[in-house]
Amino acid sequence: MLSIENVSAHYGKIQALDNISVEVQQGEIVTLIGANGAGKSTLLMTLCGDPHPSTGNIVFEGQDITDWETPEIMRSGIAIVPEGRRVFSRLTVEENLDMGGFFETNEYKAEMLEHVLQLFPRLRERFDQRSGTMSGGEQQMLAIGRAMMSRPKLLLLDEPSLGLAPIIIQQIFDIIEKLRDDGMTVFLVEQNANQALKLADRGYVLENGRIVMADTGANLLVNDDVRKAYLGA
Amino acid sequence: MNAVNFKNAIITSIVFVILASFMMGVQLVPDGTGLAITFADPVRIEALAIALAVLFVFQLFRSPITSSWQTFRNALPLPEQGLTEALQAQGEKHPRLKQLTIAFVLAGLIIWPFYASRGSVDLATLALIYVMLGLGLNIVVGLAGLLDLGYVGFYAVGAYSYALLNQYLGLDFWSCLLISGLIAAFFGFILGFPVLRLRGDYLAIVTLGFGEIIRILLLNWTSITGGPNGISQIPKPTLFGLEFSRRAKEEGNIPFHEFFGIDYSSGYKVIFLYLLALVLVIVTLWVINRLLRMPIGRAWEALREDDIACQSLGMNKTAIKLSAFTIGAAFAGFAGTFFAARQGFISPESFTFIESAIILAIVVLGGMGSQMGVVLAAIIMTVLPELAREFNEYRMLMFGLLMVFMMIWRPAGLIPMKRPHIALKDNDEQSSSASRKPAQAA
Repeated sequence: MLSIENVSAHYGKIQALDNISVEVQQGEIVTLIGANGAGKSTLLMTLCGDPHPSTGNIVFEGQDITDWETPEIMRSGIAIVPEGRRVFSRLTVEENLDMGGFFETNEYKAEMLEHVLQLFPRLRERFDQRSGTMSGGEQQMLAIGRAMMSRPKLLLLDEPSLGLAPIIIQQIFDIIEKLRDDGMTVFLVEQNANQALKLADRGYVLENGRIVMADTGANLLVNDDVRKAYLGA
Repeated sequence: MNAVNFKNAIITSIVFVILASFMMGVQLVPDGTGLAITFADPVRIEALAIALAVLFVFQLFRSPITSSWQTFRNALPLPEQGLTEALQAQGEKHPRLKQLTIAFVLAGLIIWPFYASRGSVDLATLALIYVMLGLGLNIVVGLAGLLDLGYVGFYAVGAYSYALLNQYLGLDFWSCLLISGLIAAFFGFILGFPVLRLRGDYLAIVTLGFGEIIRILLLNWTSITGGPNGISQIPKPTLFGLEFSRRAKEEGNIPFHEFFGIDYSSGYKVIFLYLLALVLVIVTLWVINRLLRMPIGRAWEALREDDIACQSLGMNKTAIKLSAFTIGAAFAGFAGTFFAARQGFISPESFTFIESAIILAIVVLGGMGSQMGVVLAAIIMTVLPELAREFNEYRMLMFGLLMVFMMIWRPAGLIPMKRPHIALKDNDEQSSSASRKPAQAA
């Protein structure tokens, strides 16, 4: 569904990604783990067209989106939950979700809204509340719900566990799993390697802008190198 | 809590004595070529003694005084939320009442000038110009969150467009109103491009520079704009071709008073200008209200809240920013055209940075993004300086004070913004918040 082929990316002269290849199949959760500064977020940003890759190709559903502009990419069936949630804090939950479905018809929006609210009953309770006044976990749910509103085929998640309590992280990951069971394809970027690998069908390990390992989630979880570097074993 | 606080009172008194004795208690007087130190005259010493006594007593009984002031404030019958919020809440509960109020206010605004003095109608017209400018800048600053310090540049573009088009091509007010708006919008669009990548302080500096460039250009391009001499004899607007002067300036035109067979009065012109400004303001209000309810209005707000999230949802940041600058500038253009027509004379003097600052103050004072707040603030900012003419030299000081008090008491502006509620589902006239939520899943 999504294939990143030999992509390199630069910030000015600094190389952030070096010859990266990642494959995401329909209906699976693929996770990308790595330490701070490994280039995880950069890979997602490159996927979204900011910055554009300096070499290599990105193909989504048979279309080469390498040189597309960010707005076009974000409207082509890819949605991203940005790092740090980034909800519209002075807008209510309802308005946030509405913004998520900005380019959709009203009928579709209403239908999708119902779907999102079923997925996140907490958002229904907070429907008229300003999103900035909600807890971090609720904001993360809102951010995911907002991304869902645009009817994406591929959902990119950038560190959804950032700054959340363990029990809330568990809830968020349960929801991600449920999304996959409903047929969504998920590309999950995480520092929380343990949780992410348990959930993922396949995983990639990123170090200094290079993919150093690629395997199934279960295999990576028991891999000695991964355990040493990321799981504190 | 101690009822009397001796320690505090004594420390305060000592500090006061030390400060006051050095600053006010002694004086330097010229003594030949040098300076000599003398004590201040007894009157001042007496005043200082009284101040010391007051200070001492106040500090001594400070806690009882403040607590009784608190009880007094709490005992006041004013509702906690304030009058404006109460009115807004009322308006939402009774939409008919709201419409009726609007109709009455409108009727009052239309009838009022026929009974008011010429001076106050003139002042009201000026206030309406600022309302228009405030509403336009409100789009850029209040809604899209782009700090624009050079808004006066677009105002100048509008005014000069009319003046020059009239002088060189002989176009009349009404066609120029449209053309100047478009020209100002074009300038807004042009300015939008270089500042697309800028945010916050940097954006403010570049827009500030743009406003100054326009002014300096007008000042120095003497062959076309007349430089510091400005442009005079700009014709007043006409009512379907009827002029408001004693004699028609153009061949074949009939003055207003002859057409209706009434005696000439210069007051008609003032009233006409006022009503025209009123119409322009109402049109501005209506247009911006429509925009707010359209996707573009929501996109502006989303951009203000978080531009990265905005992009992540597939919105085009470039288009949103440019549209805010362009539409905001267009309203400045309309206001500028009207300003030129009303004054009959314009020069770069009218478009200095202080104008930008005043318009920005109107937006901030009224409450960023709030239309009614901007209207109210524009009226206050134009009428107050007129009422307080004696304090003219202290005007800037008073603005500063006003801003400080606003920061303390109403940090979100006079009438904080209330957004039109975005309804996803068809909420057929049901206004209670419970029914607006989509039905609970069975």
